Amino acid sequence: MSDPVVDESCETILLSSAMPPHAQLVATGIDKAYRKGDHQVPVLRGVDISIDRGEFLSIVGQSGSGKSTLLHLMGLLDAPDLGEVLLDGQRIDDLPARTRDQIRNRVFGFVFQFYHLMPELTLVENVVLPLMIRHSIWSYWKNCRSHIDRAKQLIDRVGLSHRLTHKPSELSGGEMQRAAIARALVSQPQILLADEPTGNLDEKTGREIMDLLKRLNTEEQLSIVMVTHDAQLAREATRTVRLTAGRVEALAGAA
Amino acid sequence: MYKLLLCQKYLRTRYIALASIISVMLGVATMIVVNSVMAGFSSEMRDRIKGLLSDVVIETNGYDGEKNPDAHAALVKKVVGEHIAGMTTTVEIYGMISFEYAGQWITRPVTLIGIDPQSKAEVGPLVDYLQSYRQEKEGDEVVREAERQANEPPGWSLTSSARNYRRDRAAQEAFFREQRLHDQRQRGAAVPENRKPAVDDSVVDPFAMEAQANGAAVPPAPVDPTEPLPGKLYIGAGLISFPFEDAETGKIRTQWMVRTGDDVKISTVTAGTPQPVYFNATVVDTFKSGMSEYDSSLVFCNLEYLQQVRGMVHPTTGERAITSIQLKLKDFRSAGEVVDKLRAAFPPGLYTIRTWEQKQGPLLAAVDVESSILNVLLFLIITVAGFGILAIFFMIVVEKTRDIGVLKALGASSTGVMSIFLLYGLSLGVVGSGGGVACGLLFVRYINQIELVITYITGRKVFDERIYYFPEIPTYIDPWMVVSVALGAMGIAVLASILPARRAARLQPVQALRSE
Repeated sequence: MSDPVVDESCETILLSSAMPPHAQLVATGIDKAYRKGDHQVPVLRGVDISIDRGEFLSIVGQSGSGKSTLLHLMGLLDAPDLGEVLLDGQRIDDLPARTRDQIRNRVFGFVFQFYHLMPELTLVENVVLPLMIRHSIWSYWKNCRSHIDRAKQLIDRVGLSHRLTHKPSELSGGEMQRAAIARALVSQPQILLADEPTGNLDEKTGREIMDLLKRLNTEEQLSIVMVTHDAQLAREATRTVRLTAGRVEALAGAA
Repeated sequence: MYKLLLCQKYLRTRYIALASIISVMLGVATMIVVNSVMAGFSSEMRDRIKGLLSDVVIETNGYDGEKNPDAHAALVKKVVGEHIAGMTTTVEIYGMISFEYAGQWITRPVTLIGIDPQSKAEVGPLVDYLQSYRQEKEGDEVVREAERQANEPPGWSLTSSARNYRRDRAAQEAFFREQRLHDQRQRGAAVPENRKPAVDDSVVDPFAMEAQANGAAVPPAPVDPTEPLPGKLYIGAGLISFPFEDAETGKIRTQWMVRTGDDVKISTVTAGTPQPVYFNATVVDTFKSGMSEYDSSLVFCNLEYLQQVRGMVHPTTGERAITSIQLKLKDFRSAGEVVDKLRAAFPPGLYTIRTWEQKQGPLLAAVDVESSILNVLLFLIITVAGFGILAIFFMIVVEKTRDIGVLKALGASSTGVMSIFLLYGLSLGVVGSGGGVACGLLFVRYINQIELVITYITGRKVFDERIYYFPEIPTYIDPWMVVSVALGAMGIAVLASILPARRAARLQPVQALRSE
């Protein structure tokens, strides 16, 4: 990783140049602690991690090892206490809130353990939501048809086209997670960030979700970062990082 | 876009928001109802207060009157002639009215106004208030039909029923007089000359004799008992009647102490060095303006007779003095200008020139103050509804924390999240005030029916016509009032949602997502 003895004036250049040129998303020297009153609970202590374009990276670790926090930091859902997040060599964690919102909307796709679909919206509405967020009312309406069509395409892709107008409460866990993946894909993200995507599903359904993710990775060259505590699943990724007590413990090679 | 969608979904799925909609609705409806009723009362009150007053009144400061009414009228016409729609001259003086009822003499202070009915009717609504022109109603029951045609000009003649009453009474009294004389003759006592019926002096008027002694030309007293005396009056209904509750039916009835066709005694003072004078006069009509201050203190008398009695007729020239000139304007909005011009034209210090509003200023101001205080209090009701929204919104924000986190994860900005809740607040306000306006207007429309229903259910009269003069609850809907109440409610709804919306906007996505 980065050379500890680096001239400070050209640190950024060196940092990015120190990374492999094809590294898409890089997090370096990440420190993160949560405060509870006077107590500081350190979660991440100097984590360096990077993902290449088209890579399927899995982050494993026990509960509380900070793997979800790391994912959130990489996806700009949270800000690190120390360290930087770089996207294609550009630092993104210190950008203004507005820009970070846009990056979240355009660059990242999120998949959560508990699906986090909007209970009030139908399946199509849930899937098209990122596009609604991206466009103003006017420009959304102008291309309403194409947006909806795109959402329907993706719903078809995840095999839920018979459920278009159902509410999340009428779907099964696996269906909800597939809907969530469709939602993550609708904005054509560069990187999919999945936080325990199978954590709440039975083995068979988890298997299906995993296959879907792998297919996306291989067929569309979509970069995927997946957090899981299941070593079995992690092994299916192209690369695995293990986090222990807030530090990267070991790098396991491709399965 | 998602803002609208979510807002609309939240509106349709959060039943708790219904509570805030209802509270806004009730607040708006209450404000509209109360404001309409207040405005109804106040415009009705204005009508009543205006009542018998004219637009502009020129009064002499003394009660001796002004000797040259024609010259004054000419001056008025010259100065503000183009604004004037009608003009009349009157004599105003304090006095007392006395009449006998239930074996007792009742005396009351009055303001005696000498008028010429026809020209007085031109400057103010006189005919509308005279009761012989109207049906007399007690509750819903018609007690007496109108006795005069609406197009009959007001004058001093008696109605046929009053004439009949007068004739019957004269006959009755003649009979009693006979009886008494007969009794006394039987007892062998001499008949004292002054033993006459107390009120009925129709044949020999003591004042007429006195006036003749003073040299004033007084028309001879009529011999026909159905003819009224030379003094003729319109008396305020409040002076000679009182409402009472019929013990049998529970209805409110009016008991008249003096009827049209009866004679009453009027006492007042002469012009110049005040000398007491009194005279008998026939009640030709009664009036009811609805303004109790007027109905229980004003007595209209025929102008010429009052001038004679008060010695306001110049012995040689025959010129008659007056104490006030009343004007009706073509457009009341020019009243200020008219008053200013008149004040400049008339010698200062001798006259009081005012519009009726200035004359009744304190009363009108009281009505205004009342309604503005009420409005402040009522707006507090909507503020309460606002706090309801605040509390419910905080609940919704807490409940929606996770969804807010998801929205932010999907790239929604803080302002976007904030505007969801502001929009939500606004829609609650719009729906609430829309419903409130509808409810309020319906309530105002059917307020009297509602009053009947409430009266029927509770068995207690909500709107007692004994207290108010209005037969039903008066309402007036001011469109601007409705609009401003609705806008105010929407504004408060938005204001109340600002705090929760800001809280939602400041949620960190991670914190929000964690809240499982």
